[in-house]
Amino acid sequence: MLTLYLPGPSWLHRCPAGLKLLVLAGLGTALPWLDRPLPLGIVLGLVLAAYASLGLRGLAQLRFLRPLLPLFALLFAFQGWAAGLPAALVLLERMAALLLLAHLITLTTPLEAMLEALRPVLAPLRWFGLRPERLAFALALLLRFVPVLLGMGQQLRQAWRARGGGRQQWRLAVPLTLRTLALGERVEEALAARGGIAGPAERAPPRPAPRQQREEARP
Amino acid sequence: MREGGLVQIALFAALVAALGLLPPLPFLFGVPLTAQSLGVMLTGVLLGPRRAFLALALFLFAVALGAPLLSGGRGGLGVFAGPTAGFALGFAPAAAATGYLMQALHRLPVFAAALLASLGGGVLVLYACGIPGLHWTTGMEWAAASQAVLVFVPGDLLKAVLTAFVVQGLARARPGTGKGKANC
Repeated sequence: MLTLYLPGPSWLHRCPAGLKLLVLAGLGTALPWLDRPLPLGIVLGLVLAAYASLGLRGLAQLRFLRPLLPLFALLFAFQGWAAGLPAALVLLERMAALLLLAHLITLTTPLEAMLEALRPVLAPLRWFGLRPERLAFALALLLRFVPVLLGMGQQLRQAWRARGGGRQQWRLAVPLTLRTLALGERVEEALAARGGIAGPAERAPPRPAPRQQREEARP
Repeated sequence: MREGGLVQIALFAALVAALGLLPPLPFLFGVPLTAQSLGVMLTGVLLGPRRAFLALALFLFAVALGAPLLSGGRGGLGVFAGPTAGFALGFAPAAAATGYLMQALHRLPVFAAALLASLGGGVLVLYACGIPGLHWTTGMEWAAASQAVLVFVPGDLLKAVLTAFVVQGLARARPGTGKGKANC
């Protein structure tokens, strides 16, 4: 629900997440060195072809660029005026290729696979006292809390309207933050009562704790 | 205690996300005004520098993994290749700076301290990250990049004032809030 992932059986879905991230990192390093419109155009064409290989659903995903179009137009005009048409084209192609490729990886890689692929990269964080289990748990809490908080905000807004409301809706930020702090305390207590977050040694099979946790988080 | 820190970090990361998902208000000349950076300032003021930094780092990590939590429902790796990458990545240092300033200014009245901390962290530090980001991702000249972001400054000043009002309200409801302490 809270992810941009697009489930499907395509070759991009079967590609390992680590490989996709490596390609993105490689291209991100290489593209700034390319400064002629034609090779960049080929790269952009290949990325677009990858979208097309996902079918119509994939092409429909190109709409995520729409909010950026005015900015692109502005940059193109500005760069074209300052440095000439080829330079403007290069800028636009480079940005579009990178953005589209990054978005393509997000679309075809589930969140868990991404986290799993990043595990070796995150391992050095252990030296700073950050255990991957704790990071995964914090991430699960975050994704669970977002709809809870949105629901709380909705409730507050309805109550505000029912009492007559007014234009100064930002005032609702005070009760929303108060409720957020109170919710945090309740979840902390619930977590402590269950013995905290399981470490690697005591990790139980498919973790019942987070689910009960979510029950607690419901207002 | 350690669990408490983790819950607070996740919760405030979620608050930043929830505020960003509220529909933006059209403000001055149609520049959209989102509540997301209000969340960044609030997190800094309420959690203190360390936890605020971790909360926003967690938020950005979730965004990078593909959760559409940035204002307007944006997310995924593409965000960090786009022109606003500097502003997004700047959330973490901005929140940390806000928290640090709030602790440094604890002698002032809550309203003044929260206002100054939000201006310093949520506006100055955030733009100090956002302008280089715009420069490097688009190749715009420094002067042009700085001018381009000026349209967002009035909105962010307003948000710093709102943060101060909100924190003052919180301090009334929960005395001890806004000392920049983690367990407010």
